[in-house]
Amino acid sequence: MDRILIDLIDITKSYDDQVILDNLNLSIRENEFLTLLGPSGCGKTTTLRIMGGFETPDSGQVIFDGEDITSLPPNKRNLNTVFQKYALFSHMTIAENIAFGLKIAKKTDTYIRDKIHYALKLVNLEGFGSRYPDSLSGGQQQRVAIARAIVNEPKVLLLDEPLGALDLKLRQDMQYELIRLKNELGITFIYVTHDQEEALTMSDTIIVMNQGYIQQMGTPEDIYNEPQNAFVADFIGESNILDGIMLEDKLVEILGVKFPCVDVGFGKNKPVDVVIRPEDIDLVDPSQGTMQGIVTHLIFKGVHYEMEVEANGFCWLVHSTDMSPVGQRVGLHVDPFDIQIMNKPESEDEEAVSIDE
Amino acid sequence: MNSHKKLLTGPYLIWAAAFILIPLAMIFYYGLTGEDGGFTLGNLLAIGTRENFKALGLSLILSIISTAVCLILAYPLAMILVNMNVSQSGFIVLIFILPMWMNFLLRTMAWQTLLEKNGVINQILGFLHLPSLQIINTPYAIILGMVYNFLPFMVLPLYNALLKIDRDIINAARDLGATEAYTFRKIILPLSMPGVISGIIMVFVPALTTFVISDLLGGSKILLIGNVIEQKFKQGSNWHVGSGLSLVMMVFILLSMAVMNKYDKDGEGGMF
Repeated sequence: MDRILIDLIDITKSYDDQVILDNLNLSIRENEFLTLLGPSGCGKTTTLRIMGGFETPDSGQVIFDGEDITSLPPNKRNLNTVFQKYALFSHMTIAENIAFGLKIAKKTDTYIRDKIHYALKLVNLEGFGSRYPDSLSGGQQQRVAIARAIVNEPKVLLLDEPLGALDLKLRQDMQYELIRLKNELGITFIYVTHDQEEALTMSDTIIVMNQGYIQQMGTPEDIYNEPQNAFVADFIGESNILDGIMLEDKLVEILGVKFPCVDVGFGKNKPVDVVIRPEDIDLVDPSQGTMQGIVTHLIFKGVHYEMEVEANGFCWLVHSTDMSPVGQRVGLHVDPFDIQIMNKPESEDEEAVSIDE
Repeated sequence: MNSHKKLLTGPYLIWAAAFILIPLAMIFYYGLTGEDGGFTLGNLLAIGTRENFKALGLSLILSIISTAVCLILAYPLAMILVNMNVSQSGFIVLIFILPMWMNFLLRTMAWQTLLEKNGVINQILGFLHLPSLQIINTPYAIILGMVYNFLPFMVLPLYNALLKIDRDIINAARDLGATEAYTFRKIILPLSMPGVISGIIMVFVPALTTFVISDLLGGSKILLIGNVIEQKFKQGSNWHVGSGLSLVMMVFILLSMAVMNKYDKDGEGGMF
């Protein structure tokens, strides 16, 4: 699992004057389910297309299995792609679509027949071989696209927002399908999406990208619990992001109130970004809270209640299974280890920008 | 549809009746009756006379050759246009369509002037001490005229058909191991077939029935079926035989349309 399969070294790519990727470095291990996550225009799809061979980087290298494949055309690369809009060949049957790559590889008829059977079974589409793509639903077409890619036994499967066009229920089903497929095939999946939930559900590793830069790379738990900057915190899940001052180790001042925390090494009186997840705020009796406020909004969300609490001039987002009615005075309490402290971005470039999705 | 809306179709219905249905009925009437007014199939069978049959054969040969030349010229051009970025291709398409806005007759007469024995081209060749060209009044001049006039009708349906092929479909083929040539043969060509069929029909039908191009560039020596029909109506004043031959041509056109409808379900040709 630890062997490096793909290395992107100093990849730069721009269209016209717009820089899409700026000195991107990335290593992908074997058998990993890696997700490139970010808002549209962050460079995630371009990164994928560079690996697939559909785009050539302006500079930098793509190393695959120890070999430089930067200028190799797509048909010479040992990886296959599942495209966003399926890209099935509408003039061919499902079986012919799946056989396309195998015929080029000059496999025997028996081998091809067995593979088609195997692949259709794998994606739960047995008996669909003689139908045409147009007669299939979106989810079925997407599964054909996956079958068509995996029969070639690539070392890596690239998936470009493959579930983007499907409805919610189908998307969730397909997420489990993909995890199952990945485990059955034992190959590397590189997945591009702007849907953070999808990324958290399926990935071994998530790479959060914005404006051509990698913002954070880590396991889903790392990314969610320990966002490295305000952009990641904002993009992954909901959060309260505030300006704070790190007074000393393990003590941060937010909105004029001192909160004990667990972070050290920021120095004294240093301005920082503070992230507190809505589910980490406890609403308690006003006398016991670190800060006092009034509930201004209340929405029932199914699993929990979503509340907004106005306190010290900031509107706090709170998730709780206990309901506090609008207008009630409450105390806010946050456990020290639930307060996430981050350095403020140093330059304009790193500035977290608004999310356009 | 309510009666108020139906009224709005009135002007067109009157137009259609006056200039499409009635003339068509008249052609049927003249085509199926003799000079004496009695029913006859003789006018249709007139296509079998040696002279008429030869004209029809020549028309078929020349229009098939012209269509083939148009296809060979247009397909690569359409592919180049599709792969250009929008601003560039828009300009090229404009240049291409510009002559289409000029009168058809004028353009053909311009070629007559260019190709004449003492025309512009031969003057230039003479000035360069090169042997002069003798293609006016030959079938080659007619083919040239047909290709020149009908080429845009081939390019546009091809361009539309190729434009419809999602870039990712081509990427997918390449991704699955196909070379560029294999991708063209197995993916691009089959997917552009509706455009190819439309283009062929859009060029073949007018080329088959033209009489102006053969008149101007072929002199009076070369008779196409269009010229024969024209002569029957104008010089011979024999509307009966002219109509009969027109009906025969209509069969050819309807056959072409049937082929077009069978293949062109997406209506690439519908833009004209």
